[in-house]
Amino acid sequence: MNEKNMIDEERHYSQVIEEESVCTAENIVYEKPSVLLDTPMHYCPGCGHGVAHRLIAEVIEELGIQNETIGVAPVGCSVFAYNYLDIDMTEAAHGRASAVATGIKRVFPDKYVFSYQGDGDLAAIGTGETIHTCNRGENILVVFINNGIYGMTGGQMAPTTLPGMKSTTSPFGRDTQTMGAPIKMTELIANLPGTYYVTRQAVNTPVNVRKAKKAIMNGFKYQTLKKGLSFVEIVSNCPSNWKMTPRDANKWMEDNMFPFYPLGDIKTPNKEN
Amino acid sequence: MAKVKGDILIDIEKCKGCELCIDACPQGSLEKSRKVNNKGYLFIVKIEDNCTGCTNCALVCPEGAITVYRKVDKEKKQVAKITNVTSDITVTVNE
Ligand code: SF4
Ligand code: SF4
Ligand code: SF4
Repeated sequence: MNEKNMIDEERHYSQVIEEESVCTAENIVYEKPSVLLDTPMHYCPGCGHGVAHRLIAEVIEELGIQNETIGVAPVGCSVFAYNYLDIDMTEAAHGRASAVATGIKRVFPDKYVFSYQGDGDLAAIGTGETIHTCNRGENILVVFINNGIYGMTGGQMAPTTLPGMKSTTSPFGRDTQTMGAPIKMTELIANLPGTYYVTRQAVNTPVNVRKAKKAIMNGFKYQTLKKGLSFVEIVSNCPSNWKMTPRDANKWMEDNMFPFYPLGDIKTPNKEN
Repeated sequence: MAKVKGDILIDIEKCKGCELCIDACPQGSLEKSRKVNNKGYLFIVKIEDNCTGCTNCALVCPEGAITVYRKVDKEKKQVAKITNVTSDITVTVNE
């Protein structure tokens, strides 16, 4: 069978365009945002990074700020975030994304600036930068993807790894006596006066995806108020290094991550200041 | 009752077969195919014709591989009303 026939057959298999199909342009109710490029993502199957990228792209598209947005990519699994988002982006040294974003925002105060960081980047090597950026109240958005492990380097223990959770550097589970307890970065920085909006979300179910999108939308909108930093944590999964299927990983995340990292707003403009 | 009919298109080359959309679908419309795409993943297919176009599957898809369509079919109701009045009128439903 030649290649074309195979493709045709596969198309048929996935039920593309039949005669009385509702698949016409005017019936579209959901479509991938155009800000998210068609480049295939390098993330493992089921990884929350893909959804988080798409939500950022949707928000940028809906606000119509594609030309006004500058992103900062971290080191970690999402190091190639700039390959997937059709906006201006730069790459920062490990942990320094919020410092780089600070510089960009100060040079271009009217642009929308965000950093996208994982837990190894933001909560370990970049703790200092993160805390001081929040403390200075830079008018940026920090998107923090927390999956409790170092994904890219092969599943080492991160500051956010749960007590008792196994990783390659805590093979018998994280012992809080010798390794310390997980850092709840989001609660930590919520205490700083420089932060304006602090929230924790997830992207595992359709409801949570909608809420997370709202949070990211707020994070972008609040930049125009110039009242401080917006911080959106997204509790995410890492099927590969948790050594689970994506379905099991999401289940495990609901059972173990959510009780420790409860979802919801921690600091909202109405509640405080 | 207006009839809602939904459908989805799956970009099978983007799909990585993570099965999260299967869990998200309230209608149980989706299942894994037995074929692989060019990357070697078992992609997702729609096996039931009961999709309501709720967009759940597309929202959880990490690859942005799903486009959702929905059509609220109002014409059917109209046809029934008119044919009750007189049998002489033949009604053709436009696409
Ligand atoms: S290693 Fe983990 S965090 Fe990184 S892409 Fe794979 S699943 Fe996602
Ligand atoms: S749009 Fe809703 S009903 Fe249709 S396949 Fe997706 S989740 Fe299922
Ligand atoms: S959620 Fe997306 S990538 Fe995962 S199996 Fe469904 S269509 Fe494929």
